[in-house]
Amino acid sequence: MSKKTTDRAGSVAAKGVSRRQLLKGVAAAGGLAAGAGAVTGFPTIWAQNPITLRQFGTGVSNLNAIAEKCKADLGITLQMTALDSDAVSQRVVTQANSFDIADIEYWICKKVFAAGTLQPMDVKKIKYYDQIVPIFTTGKLTPTSTIAQGTAPSTVGFVEGPESKTFAKAPTEWMTLIPTIYNADTLGIRPDLVGRPIKNWKDILDPAFKGKTSILNIPSIGIMDAAMICESAGIIKYGDKGNMTKAEIDVTIDFLIKTKKAGQFRAFWKTFDESVNLMASGEVVIQSMWSPAVAAVRSKGIPCVYQPLEEGYRAWGGGLGIAKHLKGAQLDAAYEYINWYLSGWVGAYLNRQGYYSAVLSTAEKNMSPDEWAFWMLGQPAKTDILSPEGKVMYTAGAVRDGGSFEQRMGAVACWNSVMDEDRYMVRRWNEFIAA
Amino acid sequence: MTLSRIAPYLQATPLTAILAAFLVLPIATIVMVSFWDYDSIQIFPAFVFTNYEESLTSPVTWSTYLNTLKYTVIVWAVTLLIGFWVAYYLAFHIRSATMQMVLFLVCTIPFLTSNIIRMISWIPFLGRNGLLNQTLMTMGLIDRPLEFLLFSDFAVVLAMVHLYTLFMVTPIFNTLMRIDRALIEAARDAGANGFQILTNVIIPLAKPGIAIGSIFVVTLVMGDFITVRFMSGGQSASVGLMMANQIALLQYPAAAANAVILLVLVLLLVGAILRIVNIRKEL
Repeated sequence: MSKKTTDRAGSVAAKGVSRRQLLKGVAAAGGLAAGAGAVTGFPTIWAQNPITLRQFGTGVSNLNAIAEKCKADLGITLQMTALDSDAVSQRVVTQANSFDIADIEYWICKKVFAAGTLQPMDVKKIKYYDQIVPIFTTGKLTPTSTIAQGTAPSTVGFVEGPESKTFAKAPTEWMTLIPTIYNADTLGIRPDLVGRPIKNWKDILDPAFKGKTSILNIPSIGIMDAAMICESAGIIKYGDKGNMTKAEIDVTIDFLIKTKKAGQFRAFWKTFDESVNLMASGEVVIQSMWSPAVAAVRSKGIPCVYQPLEEGYRAWGGGLGIAKHLKGAQLDAAYEYINWYLSGWVGAYLNRQGYYSAVLSTAEKNMSPDEWAFWMLGQPAKTDILSPEGKVMYTAGAVRDGGSFEQRMGAVACWNSVMDEDRYMVRRWNEFIAA
Repeated sequence: MTLSRIAPYLQATPLTAILAAFLVLPIATIVMVSFWDYDSIQIFPAFVFTNYEESLTSPVTWSTYLNTLKYTVIVWAVTLLIGFWVAYYLAFHIRSATMQMVLFLVCTIPFLTSNIIRMISWIPFLGRNGLLNQTLMTMGLIDRPLEFLLFSDFAVVLAMVHLYTLFMVTPIFNTLMRIDRALIEAARDAGANGFQILTNVIIPLAKPGIAIGSIFVVTLVMGDFITVRFMSGGQSASVGLMMANQIALLQYPAAAANAVILLVLVLLLVGAILRIVNIRKEL
């Protein structure tokens, strides 16, 4: 009987499956996993009884290459949907059954985990848990470092129990998100057009750049860039940039409105493409930017630098969360997928894009020593550095903006966050945009 | 009750059902949600006025509505001027009916592409290093790029006029074509000059078309958010954009309250237009 089931499910897989057939397959897989002790290792099962996991998240880590490799290695089909951060939070809260894996940022996690649509993960089932970069567990990159302001991943990385919705202060056995991808953000500049060295966040306020600057119009992230700028310019000193008081929000927004009225900004961007176009067309010469956008500008042959600044970086991080409704074979597959995610291939792929991955030791094994030295140690490239697609990103001799992993992630001033006064902040932010 | 008495009701049923399902019900839902409460992740059924209070007492809302009205008035005036003259030319200066239809179809050609594309194509044209600035600089007319061309109110109005003028041309052209040419001859025989014919005969008779075109343009501009966002580079706000932001932040009740306010405002504007011109009587 068991044999027969396997055959049928296998032939179905070969033809491509309808939803109904898929459900049958999943049921069969559950039966098999429970009944057949002879089966060795999960990958075999997934290959014979197709499992599909629906994953959605922000564009940065929803990469087709990962889905293809996952299919090849595990036999698990990943259906990826890329959305913007706002849409992601909406989906997690309002359409709990529309996804199996949520790829969300830590600050979104703080906002949505209480909705109860995600289930915490048992760290005992995470093979590489002990090797996850400590930023995500204890919060300290090195034993001596301090935890940056904002929604630091470690503060929302654990809950107190399998059913709990309260974030734990210290690591527990129940992890909310498995970190996937993170980076330190700063300002992007056009070195050919700024005409002077850029050292501080406040340089964006230089009258010389009047009408040639931009910041991003995603309130929860834009406010952090604004805070870095205000603090750098000596307008205000925050208690916690990631959790401002109403008074601090007022000072920040009032300053932004004043700056906007004086014509300092050219535009406010909301999507990745907009930021690339603003920079590439020369409409702006210094602006908030994300690292792949800098790479995109550079790939057009236009000089663009992701400028390290004295005050430090604004960091962000994302992770995979498992939907509450997953159980049985699908839940096992989700764990299998997560363990595979941390096992090196994906890590190397992400590191090669200039991001950082959660388990560095496994990623290193999947990168060439030269790649590792360039991306992670900040050393000059010995050979041309290729993107994961094989395009030359840096020629031999180039050095990564900002230096090594420790230099960059060690200089994080604050994390993307969601504040207690979120609603007030958003209202004031809209005022700034409308002003 | 005979069939003949039920028949009209049966005939009206499909439309009633469609309107009830796709118009009345959604609007009722929006009105209902506008009284609900929310926090950063969810909305809960309640009956609170905070959404309206926060909206109506906030200076941002007022300046946003004023800004939207400003766009509406400017775009309406410009599209009316351009639309009327285009329609007038088509109706009175083109003699052959075939040519009229051909030229009218030419007016609709831009509509063969999506309006987002028509709008976005202005960006490389108007940009700091765009075609227009480069041309003007090569011609020596300006020595530095004109900054106000893009990411400004000018850009927003320009794009809207471009997008919406045809909505004015069509109904006006239609009414102008219905004007009995004998009336114009009669006016001329009675000694009216060209300007008097225009103001005393043509414009009064074109009023229904102007009203319909105005309703189109006013409702389109009042509800617009994408043009404002792209052409102002996020620098200006409109009511639609404000709602889009609120929805993005899961503040559905606040967005719903704004939608209701906007709906009332637009209905008032349309009501005012219909007050001035009785469309049905003059069609």
